[in-house]
Amino acid sequence: MKPHTLSVLVENRPGVLSRVSGLFTRRGFNIESLAVGTCEEPDLSRMTIVVIGDDAQVEQVIKQLNKLIDVVKVSDITENETVDRELALIKVTAEAGSGRAEVMQLADIFRAQIVDVGAKSVVLEVTGGSTKIDALENLLRQHGVKELVRTGKISMLRGAKTVKPSK
Amino acid sequence: MKSGAKILIEGLQREGVETIFGYPGGVVLPIYDELYNAPIRHILVRHEQAAAHAADGFARASGRVGVCLATSGPGACNLVTGIATAYMDSAPIVALTGQVPTNLLGNDAFQEADISGITMPITKHSYLVKDARELSRVVREAFYIARTGRPGPVLIDIPKDVSTNQVEDRPPEGPVTLRGYQPTVKGHARQIDRALALLEAAEKPVIYAGGGIIASGASGELLELAERFMIPVTTTLMGIGCIPCDHPLNLGMLGMHGTEYANFAITECDLLLAIGVRFDDRVTGKVSTFAPQARIIHIDVDPAEIGKNKPVDVPIVGDARAILQAMLHSAKKGGRENWIAKVQAWKKKHPLRFREDGKLRPQFIIRELSDLLKGEGIIVSEVGQNQMWTAQWYCFRRPRSWITSGGLGTMGYGFPAAMGAHFARPGETVFDIAGDGSFQMNIQELGTVAANKIPVKVAVLNNRFLGMVRQWQELFYDRRYSYTELPPVDFVKIAAAYGVDGIRIDSPDGVREALSAAIDSDGPFVLDFRIEREENVFPMVPAGAAINEMITGGRE
Repeated sequence: MKPHTLSVLVENRPGVLSRVSGLFTRRGFNIESLAVGTCEEPDLSRMTIVVIGDDAQVEQVIKQLNKLIDVVKVSDITENETVDRELALIKVTAEAGSGRAEVMQLADIFRAQIVDVGAKSVVLEVTGGSTKIDALENLLRQHGVKELVRTGKISMLRGAKTVKPSK
Repeated sequence: MKSGAKILIEGLQREGVETIFGYPGGVVLPIYDELYNAPIRHILVRHEQAAAHAADGFARASGRVGVCLATSGPGACNLVTGIATAYMDSAPIVALTGQVPTNLLGNDAFQEADISGITMPITKHSYLVKDARELSRVVREAFYIARTGRPGPVLIDIPKDVSTNQVEDRPPEGPVTLRGYQPTVKGHARQIDRALALLEAAEKPVIYAGGGIIASGASGELLELAERFMIPVTTTLMGIGCIPCDHPLNLGMLGMHGTEYANFAITECDLLLAIGVRFDDRVTGKVSTFAPQARIIHIDVDPAEIGKNKPVDVPIVGDARAILQAMLHSAKKGGRENWIAKVQAWKKKHPLRFREDGKLRPQFIIRELSDLLKGEGIIVSEVGQNQMWTAQWYCFRRPRSWITSGGLGTMGYGFPAAMGAHFARPGETVFDIAGDGSFQMNIQELGTVAANKIPVKVAVLNNRFLGMVRQWQELFYDRRYSYTELPPVDFVKIAAAYGVDGIRIDSPDGVREALSAAIDSDGPFVLDFRIEREENVFPMVPAGAAINEMITGGRE
């Protein structure tokens, strides 16, 4: 059982997300994260799905996804060289004078941006792989994390290779 | 300019639709108004579930796409069991549903149900049409998707304003192209060569053939391959009819209620050629002990079925017929006399059997019917004991002569599916072999067969039990018959109330005469057979056991 990263191209139509997520529920597959948005082709969307399972289960996931009429292409890019990113917004307790300087220092080390400053809190924006974000989150917990939101992982193959609809 | 309803009907005509099964209602009024003068026959059922099953029966009997039509909300929801049945058995149907007008969608309007959402897991694809200009394209795509690749149900949900709106219609031309849907037809050449090499080297091969053979029209190729290599053939419930029952290489059905010799052959074979099957739990029993000594070649049009339940050695994705043709093209002859002799000896030693003691037993009735119709006709069944007895005792000789709900196991399927089968092949005798439980699940369709003079014959194997559940209670629950006994029903009187003829039969003496009367009648007919109440289906593999561990019942 290990995480597999799937890059999935789907028709940009209403209901596609529920077809995909419904399939995962019905077949009992575990989604760790799912990120979806438009892509370079205007009528397609690209999903990055991280699914947990053994090789046979993930093979079934891919085959079942391919059966959906609105799914155009499924690539398992787990074993490829990829750029992986997540984005997190973290609201941290940081009153002026008590710990704020330390929070800002942590932000600096992790190359996070301070995107909002209040009297009692700051909001950090951080991007990177999940381990980096986990690490920052753990350090910030000592100061008090009031709220946290993370996107799912998005991934792209390194080099000239692409995940494109096969023709 | 044309209304959406007119565009829909014209789209159906372009697909060659002659008959649809349906039930009107509020939001489909514009479509029904268009049907009033259309050259399409509409059969008014008595419950929408029957419309879906009839479309499915039509599809299975003809190989063409069956069509059903229902209104929004309750009408659409009543189709659900029929759509799920078609999905599990890969039957091509297009289900048309009305929907509340687009401005009320999501508003909990009167008779609104999110039918495309509800049916998402049980359709091959679905459409919610929001613009009448999309209708011709959607209808064409829906039929294409339903009948190609692994066939299955497609739903088109049509809001009322889409039916009434007047728009410019530009029907698309040329072949349908969908970049997300390109089913594989031809098998991979190298895999086919590997399969042939295994076949030629095998000493104890068996063919395990399923509904995919019937769907792709590959029965002739299957038979040729089996004969050329002298390979015994066992079929799934869905594959029955792909090899004549009395062919020397036929082993009958395998699995839970399969023949002993089929299950023995599977357990001992060294090569399993699986074609158009999905290694269902009712076939494999305990999957780790299924064909334990065999290399497995699996041919299927749906890549997701390959390796799903059992690892295989040679996967071949594609149309069964195309692949078998390619195999026949280069296959040499082969023969394994020792293996065939062994299988024949099993057949002789462990035949299917039942007690012939002057009591009215269901197996006898089905054997008599098989004799009378000479294995011809279209036999539809309900689900349960009636289904298994028919699968075991009717001698099927042709594909598409046996229609039954296999995957979903839908009681109430048979009678409406038999109506659909009649419209697919109007010249043939159509029987529904029913139990008293199943028949009462869609008994209201007596109204449909009476009104339309649909000459479907219903043979009720009436034991006043939900027989298969009772059998499990007898064998595994210490005969505690919890809610499986049904009060007696006089089906002849019920039939008469609808204006349908019927005969009640209490002993074996009356069987042949009654069956002949039903066959000779040119209208619908109900036969109420009062059979031995606690007759069981044997052999039986208990759930979760290996398929060679069968309960065989009393030996006579």
